[in-house]
Amino acid sequence: MRNTKLVSLEEAIRRSGLKDGMTISFHHHFRGGDKVVNMVVDKLAEMGFKDLKLAASSLSDVHAPLIDHIKAGVITGISTSGLRGELANAISHGLMKEPVVFRSHGGRGSAIANGDLHIDVAFLGASSADELGNASGCPRSENAKSICGSLGYALPDAEYADHVIVLTDDLVAYPNVPKSISASQVESVVVVDSVGDSAKISSGAIRDSKNPRDILLAKQAAKVVINSGYFKDGFSIQTGTGGASLAVVKYIRESMLENGIKASFALGGITAHMVKLHEEGLIDKLIDVQSFDKVAAESIAKDQTHQEVSAVDYASADHLGSAVHALDIVILSALEVDVDFNVNVLVGSDGVIRGAIGGHPDTAEDSALSIIVCPLLRGRIPCVVPRVTTLITLITPGKGVDVVVTEYGIAVNPGRPEIAERLAAAGLKIVDIHDLAAKASSIIGKPDALPFGDRVVGIVMDRHGKVLDEIHNIED
Amino acid sequence: MAGTLESGDIMIRIAPGDGLKIDLQSSVSAQFGRQIKAVITETLEGLGIKDASVEAIDKGALDCTIRARVTAAAVRATGKDVWKD
Amino acid sequence: MMFVPGNNPGMMADAHIYGPDSIMLDLEDSVTMAEKDAARLLVYNALKTIDYGDTEMVVRINPLSTPYGKKDVEAVVKAGVDVIRMPKTETADEVRELEAEIIKVETELGCVGRTRIMAAIESALGVVNAFEIASASKRMMGIALGAEDYSASLKTQRTPGGAELLLARETIVVAARAAGISCFDTVYSNLDDMETFRKEVELIKDLGFDGKSIINPRQIEVVNEVFTPTQKAIDKALRIVAAIKEAQAKGSGVVSLNGKMVDRPVVIRAERTIAYAIASGVLSKEEAL
Repeated sequence: MRNTKLVSLEEAIRRSGLKDGMTISFHHHFRGGDKVVNMVVDKLAEMGFKDLKLAASSLSDVHAPLIDHIKAGVITGISTSGLRGELANAISHGLMKEPVVFRSHGGRGSAIANGDLHIDVAFLGASSADELGNASGCPRSENAKSICGSLGYALPDAEYADHVIVLTDDLVAYPNVPKSISASQVESVVVVDSVGDSAKISSGAIRDSKNPRDILLAKQAAKVVINSGYFKDGFSIQTGTGGASLAVVKYIRESMLENGIKASFALGGITAHMVKLHEEGLIDKLIDVQSFDKVAAESIAKDQTHQEVSAVDYASADHLGSAVHALDIVILSALEVDVDFNVNVLVGSDGVIRGAIGGHPDTAEDSALSIIVCPLLRGRIPCVVPRVTTLITLITPGKGVDVVVTEYGIAVNPGRPEIAERLAAAGLKIVDIHDLAAKASSIIGKPDALPFGDRVVGIVMDRHGKVLDEIHNIED
Repeated sequence: MAGTLESGDIMIRIAPGDGLKIDLQSSVSAQFGRQIKAVITETLEGLGIKDASVEAIDKGALDCTIRARVTAAAVRATGKDVWKD
Repeated sequence: MMFVPGNNPGMMADAHIYGPDSIMLDLEDSVTMAEKDAARLLVYNALKTIDYGDTEMVVRINPLSTPYGKKDVEAVVKAGVDVIRMPKTETADEVRELEAEIIKVETELGCVGRTRIMAAIESALGVVNAFEIASASKRMMGIALGAEDYSASLKTQRTPGGAELLLARETIVVAARAAGISCFDTVYSNLDDMETFRKEVELIKDLGFDGKSIINPRQIEVVNEVFTPTQKAIDKALRIVAAIKEAQAKGSGVVSLNGKMVDRPVVIRAERTIAYAIASGVLSKEEAL
């Protein structure tokens, strides 16, 4: 087979026709272990590119080297779901002239599909690929090093980008099937030493939280699920990956076994906990946009009923066929909730960006029941705050948020009185969310306003493509 | 000196000084720095201390903890207890 | 009753969210000598400031024979503690000595009689003197077993079955009942062995204890499960209490249910069942009326 796709990174970039001012894209399936973004941007800087717009599905601590590329003018625009670490801190302090555009996972999928976010060249890391570009997040040889499972967030890029370059550290014989990214979508294949640090891509084993507060919150959240009216045979569920969210699954499992209830599917980021329930026959199918740990990545590689889903099919608001529309229950976390149930998951109490939107607004809005699990206080940081003006950044509008579970009681959105009734009937302590905010304030006092400046460093887009909020620079 | 660097605590070092000087490190200083300093000042004034150099490393302590740690540090520094012997 | 180290502000701030019936802030064994002063201040300020709601607040002080004991009493009485727990109690005189210290502080504050006393019995001598200790003061609200020191004083060690504690446990229950006060069992410290913990809670409930001391919120659920009466028992208790009310309304001294006379011990047991049901959250106060 004569193949002209297999080239060096530099040659692939040259062939792509990339020019200054264009948009390049990346996925974040290698999470904290990602090496692709830094490797590619280093190369682009070396080749003299300027004024590039970086469209990532998310960015994390490991992407701090981008700071220098931003200072040098190589990168002048960023869109992402999240930012963390030094890069987030620098951007919050005004590193970039152009504000970072934040979208949810579903919102990004929609924006790519409808052209709001046009990608010129996608650089997509893959755990395995053949020389024609059939690529996967699953291992296909003994040499596989960087395994991530689902490539769900990369699929819109592969489909809609003008030019797609696959980078892999495990080139396997054609055909690399089953494939996530198809050869017909791929222009070049680049073999590199490593696309990710496997130790940082995912944790190995299930770790149950022993934090008593997490356990308390999880038990309460499980009681909410069980008594919500949505817990019946064939229900569907999604959970986050925080200690409390993971523990919820454990307690729901007990109740499923006791009551002979089975779920039709679990959605979203899939963890070992969900795989365990699936393998026990308690969850019929797994719909996986991101495999959060080694167990999930191994499961998706071998199990036909554990299916990869693209960000569009997962959570797009534009497509009635996206999975979130079929979702019954979602359990989410929050940095802050205000008394109108609006949620912030992006900007910390110090005004610095320190999180990711993820699928939060997508799942909250489209699921039948959304449950936020968060402590009322984290040390001296309040998580239930008085009014929308004191919420630092609006990410998920309150109309999509149904229940807030805290260690001081459970608040139900007044728009869902039937749920409040069911929970109260089950003996759960239902409180007014204003009382939670007042309780927090009685314990910690009234926080001073954060020293935000006049410059806009971030724009939060809602999942329908409209501007929802602005993030200002923070001053020291 | 009193307190620890554990979550929910505050470590206070008190040294002799001219006037009251507070050097505060806190992850919540933007929202609560003013309040934390006010509690430290009030507590010291309540003990009759107007001159001191205070170093505070806060890990999200509540006001009651701050009062306890400042008092303990002051008692240790001055040797004058707040309880009867 | 949940034990919380008195020098750990993070744990003290939210111990009540787990719903223990009482919280014991500890100034004794969990606090090193070098931190006794700081822990005392921490406990004082926490009691004065934190809203623990309905939770009964207990502080375990250092023995009065140490340099810390009297200061501990002064601090916690001034902070308005509900109960002072005296460790390593061996004689009734020690209780009266504590009472005198409490009265000194209460007199200064103008609130004589506010502070109650719980005595921990942690030695062979303490067990022998259990009834005198339990009845040493009107302020006595309960006695508790401290098993580590007790088993050491017997020259044995703790075993999973608890054979070494049997006499002490029975003696403490009998002494408490004779004195008309409450009794609480010792802690179980292996957090990873919930099965043995559950067996121990079942045992001490059968022996007649009012409650169990715990060291971690994770143990609360087991204690509540064991102590929570069954729905059948609650229903029966409610019917008995209703029958009493009916008898009282009629001015009759004889309580009868389904044509049978209800004996006094049955009435007492029914009231106790309802109290447990309320304490463990399966019955609301309104439903009990």
